[in-house]
Amino acid sequence: MKGLPVLSLLLGLCFFYFVGIYLFVGGFLLVRLEVNRTSSCGDVLQPGEEPVDFCRVQPRFRRAVLLIIDALKIDFARFDPNNTAPRPYENKLPVLEETASSRPSHSRLYPFRADPPTTTMQRIKGFTTGSLPTFVDVGNNFASSAILEDNLIHQFGQVGKRVVFMGDDTWESLFPKKFYRSLPFPSFNVKDLHTVDNGILQHLYTTMTSGDWDVLVAHFLGVDHCGHRFGPDHPAMADKLTQMNGVIRSVIDRLQNDTLLVVMGDHGMTDNGDHGGESQKETDAAIFLYSPAPLFAGPPSQNELDVVPQTDLVPTLALLLGVPIPYSSVGQVLLPLFPPHGQKEGTVEGLSQLEALWINAKQVNRFLETYSGMAKDIPPESLSRLKEEFNRLSSEYLTTVRFGRSPSPELAASLQAYLTSVRDTCRATWARFNPVKMAAGLAILAFACVLCFILSEFSIDLLRETGPGLKVPVIMALTAGGCVAVGQLLTQGYIEVAWSLAAVALTSQLLFLWTWARCLTARYLLIPPVVIPLLRCASLLSDSYVIAEGRVVTFLMFSLALYIPIHLNWDGLLLPPIHDPLKSAGLLPSPGLSPSTVRKESSTLLACIGLLVGSLYLSLSFHGCREEQGFCQPSPFLSPLSRLQDSQLKNLHYVLSIFSLGLWTYLLRRCLRHYGNLNSSGGTVFTARWILPLLSMCLGLHWAVSATPEDSFRNLAELISLAQLALPRAAFCLLGLGLVLIWLDPLTVFVKTRAATSTRGSSLSPPRYRASTGISPQAELHHLIPQIYQRMRRSLNDGEMSRVSEVDSRPAVEAYGLGTVYSAPLLLFCGLLGIGLLLLHPEGMALSFLLLLLEMGALLHIQASSTTLSGLHGTDSGGFYVPWTPIVMWSFAATQFFHATGHLPTFPSIQWGAAFVGFPDGHTGTILPASLVTLNTFASHILFAVSCPLLLFWPLVCEVRGSRGGRACGEEGEDAVMEMRLRENPKQFSSALLQLSTRYLFIHGAQVFASVCAAAILRRHLMVWKVFAPKLMFEASGFLVSSLSLLIGVTLVLRVDIAVGHWFKRIIPDTSR
Amino acid sequence: MWDHEIRAMASTHAIIAASVFMATVLPAVTIRGFSVYGTHLLWLYSVSGTVTAVSVAVFWLLGISPPTKKHTLGYKLSRLFRSCVYFFLSCLFFHTVVVLYGAPLIESALETFSLAVLLTSLTTLRCLCVLGPNVQAWIRVFSRHGAMSVWDTCLQITVACTVVGAWVGAFPIPLDWDRPWQVWPVSCSLGAMIGFLTGLVAAPAWIHYHRKQLTYKCK
Ligand SMILES: [Zn+2]
Ligand SMILES: [Zn+2]
Repeated sequence: MKGLPVLSLLLGLCFFYFVGIYLFVGGFLLVRLEVNRTSSCGDVLQPGEEPVDFCRVQPRFRRAVLLIIDALKIDFARFDPNNTAPRPYENKLPVLEETASSRPSHSRLYPFRADPPTTTMQRIKGFTTGSLPTFVDVGNNFASSAILEDNLIHQFGQVGKRVVFMGDDTWESLFPKKFYRSLPFPSFNVKDLHTVDNGILQHLYTTMTSGDWDVLVAHFLGVDHCGHRFGPDHPAMADKLTQMNGVIRSVIDRLQNDTLLVVMGDHGMTDNGDHGGESQKETDAAIFLYSPAPLFAGPPSQNELDVVPQTDLVPTLALLLGVPIPYSSVGQVLLPLFPPHGQKEGTVEGLSQLEALWINAKQVNRFLETYSGMAKDIPPESLSRLKEEFNRLSSEYLTTVRFGRSPSPELAASLQAYLTSVRDTCRATWARFNPVKMAAGLAILAFACVLCFILSEFSIDLLRETGPGLKVPVIMALTAGGCVAVGQLLTQGYIEVAWSLAAVALTSQLLFLWTWARCLTARYLLIPPVVIPLLRCASLLSDSYVIAEGRVVTFLMFSLALYIPIHLNWDGLLLPPIHDPLKSAGLLPSPGLSPSTVRKESSTLLACIGLLVGSLYLSLSFHGCREEQGFCQPSPFLSPLSRLQDSQLKNLHYVLSIFSLGLWTYLLRRCLRHYGNLNSSGGTVFTARWILPLLSMCLGLHWAVSATPEDSFRNLAELISLAQLALPRAAFCLLGLGLVLIWLDPLTVFVKTRAATSTRGSSLSPPRYRASTGISPQAELHHLIPQIYQRMRRSLNDGEMSRVSEVDSRPAVEAYGLGTVYSAPLLLFCGLLGIGLLLLHPEGMALSFLLLLLEMGALLHIQASSTTLSGLHGTDSGGFYVPWTPIVMWSFAATQFFHATGHLPTFPSIQWGAAFVGFPDGHTGTILPASLVTLNTFASHILFAVSCPLLLFWPLVCEVRGSRGGRACGEEGEDAVMEMRLRENPKQFSSALLQLSTRYLFIHGAQVFASVCAAAILRRHLMVWKVFAPKLMFEASGFLVSSLSLLIGVTLVLRVDIAVGHWFKRIIPDTSR
Repeated sequence: MWDHEIRAMASTHAIIAASVFMATVLPAVTIRGFSVYGTHLLWLYSVSGTVTAVSVAVFWLLGISPPTKKHTLGYKLSRLFRSCVYFFLSCLFFHTVVVLYGAPLIESALETFSLAVLLTSLTTLRCLCVLGPNVQAWIRVFSRHGAMSVWDTCLQITVACTVVGAWVGAFPIPLDWDRPWQVWPVSCSLGAMIGFLTGLVAAPAWIHYHRKQLTYKCK
């Protein structure tokens, strides 16, 4: 069979998908490294003086009140007295305008520009760290959302300021245990406009008057929730804003002279009340600064700044309150809040403008140096430009200070320009979606899906035309990629790999499509098994369905399961046709059709559907819970045994798990033995006989050891800890050994000479086979499927008429297990892999894995029975093609068991415990734990993808003797040849394998495409960072893992094919096949 | 010959649809506080009772059900008894299927069973009326070449529409819109009802449109 074209086509398809995902993710998911260093009082020093403790200097303000009104858009805060008919959100905060106009040197209102993503959590991170948080801040612990970067709250704590917090409970998860006092209120329910606000108001004024605080943070959520629920243009918004007006007024009345008040919004909102994106309506919030003591040097001048970037709040607040600027801040101090250089001594204490700028610039430069040492995402030429600029400025400033000259105004301006350009550089790197990349990724993914579909429908034609047909597009594509790379090199001076890859992918895709577009018609898409995946893809566009994904997939699976018998019945295949004398000249000519066979196959089919439905239903009880699902109890099997308190329950769980594990092993061995695959002495058989049971024993012991309470056997503690280390590692080694053995020697065929008919027989069938495996009579009973090799060979030689005379002089050989030569190693491979993956899961998941195996078996038998039923009735096309329905169910089952093994597409639900199986003391590197966690997370994806070719083999494995066999092999009508049929038709074999894999890839790829679309379309959605972006990440990585596993499975099949070829050569040396 | 049967079917369907309409409107006039969402179970019972009664009456009057071989009272009684048993079994069957589809197992079991009763009275009852208590015949009807009369084709269409309607009715349940009709099992029973009504309209129309292509083997 043609292995290479199949593999290369699959690799090409995977390459398209990978490039598409890479491009899209590169444009959508902004990644930034976190710098885990903190500023301290000693390190930000003014030049030319003795080292002074920065924090000892008397700060400008002793206390600050931060009123954060979520989604306070600048339009809400402005007041227009000429507006006679204000909309519900206009002119509702008159207090800001009144204060600003009556006390111009005490207060000011600015637009406050947030950086995308404009979601509350990212914004809180932004205006406490002074950085530009992206969706993925690498270095952050995924499991908890606590901010590890240096931030204002941390700095306040360092110098002993008492920070009191009240409001949105997001803060509590971002800064756990950092507050002196904290009054969080639940923020999750968007429909609830008042709980958080009323909770704050109950405590705000009493706290302010009690004086037991230095920094008070109050985060109101009502305006934001009102926006999400009703939109800004609604009377409820007017009420909410009026309430906020009252709050600000009362707070102003209670302020003391040493206190700074900041009223601000974290982001704006669109006309629908949503936020998250980068349009000006979402980014422009309001900031209002006020102090009873004079804050500004004078009334607002003409040339003052008109917009305050959100990053600028951090350095300003830090320097006004006398704490060091957080390490990773890229903000710039708000100059109007600091006195000009000359007036410092007279009016107010604290830093002058130039000093503040200098400290600021030094801190930013330090951060830039640290960051560029860690990550390479800031373009090098702009980095070096910035560095030069800083060196120039610093020497100028130092000479100015050393000689006591009065600084030139240009110096301040150029310091400001330096800070602005640093911030712009960082923003260009971190805080901007790249729409071109996103669009290119989407296009490549869409084309890849179409290609996949075309390939799956026309796999035969494609394989026939392979060769020159494939070379041209590949060469053209590589040329295009090279052209793009050279073009980039010429215009920009460096190569961005993503674009070259994109050029390669797009060119080859378009060339392919150009060739094959004529074959594409829409009618293929309108059959139910394709409509259901489309429904599933559509469901990825709604956050509710993504949250309920586990149940949605089970629902769809169940629908398909019911569709199978109904469809068969509709085609009249489920029941034996009634032999009515009246309709003896019936419509169905039925060759070789016996009602009893039909009845038997139908009952097998229905029993398997029952099993499938049962395991679908039971699998629902292994689901975990997302935080968005209100009343949800995670499955009790998800917690490891060592956490269970009740010892009886523990024993029960343990026994259940061991039972499932034992059944898993038994079923696998039973299946292999049933088809006579356990007789020879090769590596695979050795694995099945010894390694498989040993591995499960290791696993059972490991569970027992890890479930032992630590204090129960004190004197055995050392032994237990040794066992905890050794058992899983032994299991890993056994697993590796088993997989390698299967790979090296995949054949499970035992050759037995039947009643030696000639003297040459003994020389042809090597005696060592016999010697090493004494077959007991009892075992002989189990070799139910002896392949009469004699007949095989005769059919092989049929073409060569000249050799007919020789045939009879050949020995008659029985080859046990030849009929399942392809599926047996694959099955064993999956079984071993399954136990290995189970090792990485909590013990209770053994039950779920057993269900997985049962469901796999049920699906395979359903596929086999329905193929046989359609074959019996003569509606079979004759090829080995696997129809859509089983493949769709197979790929849905992967998602279904992703959920049924306790996983969810959210970052907090990743089972980190998997990284410590066999490594209880942690790791030194990151690759090993990351791969362990990946294996744990995508266990079901791996298992189903690797075993996907079984769908092709199983109908042959289960084929009814004398029916298909009779048809395919002419009039001889002998024993079933099972999988040898594949060998007889290598062309059909390879095209069927290609079709199966492309269909599987298509379904997964379409899901990736749908979640990519969801992320792209809904990037303004409230849930984008909570639901869609994590879903995209999980879907994309799931696809990655699935496609690689599928390639492994296909390669294993090809490997077996080669081995079978060698085996035939050895048996019949002179036959070229 | 065709026109006659199609006209009979259309008028039967009109009567059934009208009875559904009346079963919704009449209680709303007579009983205070009756509404399709608010007192959903009451509506369910009223509609399924009415549909059952009207279908049985209409089909009995039309005399479509297969001719019985014997005319003894005992045989008729046993047929009636078997029909009742089948009705109940079909309720249980639908209940099981709905639970497997993800309906809560213990809580709101009454609601689930009421939905099962509605589905039975919309689908199984029609089978009983048209084909009699004969499961073999039911299975036979739902195949491509299984329909032996206009009424069989009509049965195929209405049953498929009802079941698909109930299936589609489950789609809005997970959405977070908090509407009264998203409560279990309101959307499903509404879906089934809408599907049924669609089927009532679609079946005569489809048969009328395809009357040239339809050929039936005689019984
Ligand atoms: Zn917000
Ligand atoms: Zn919001």
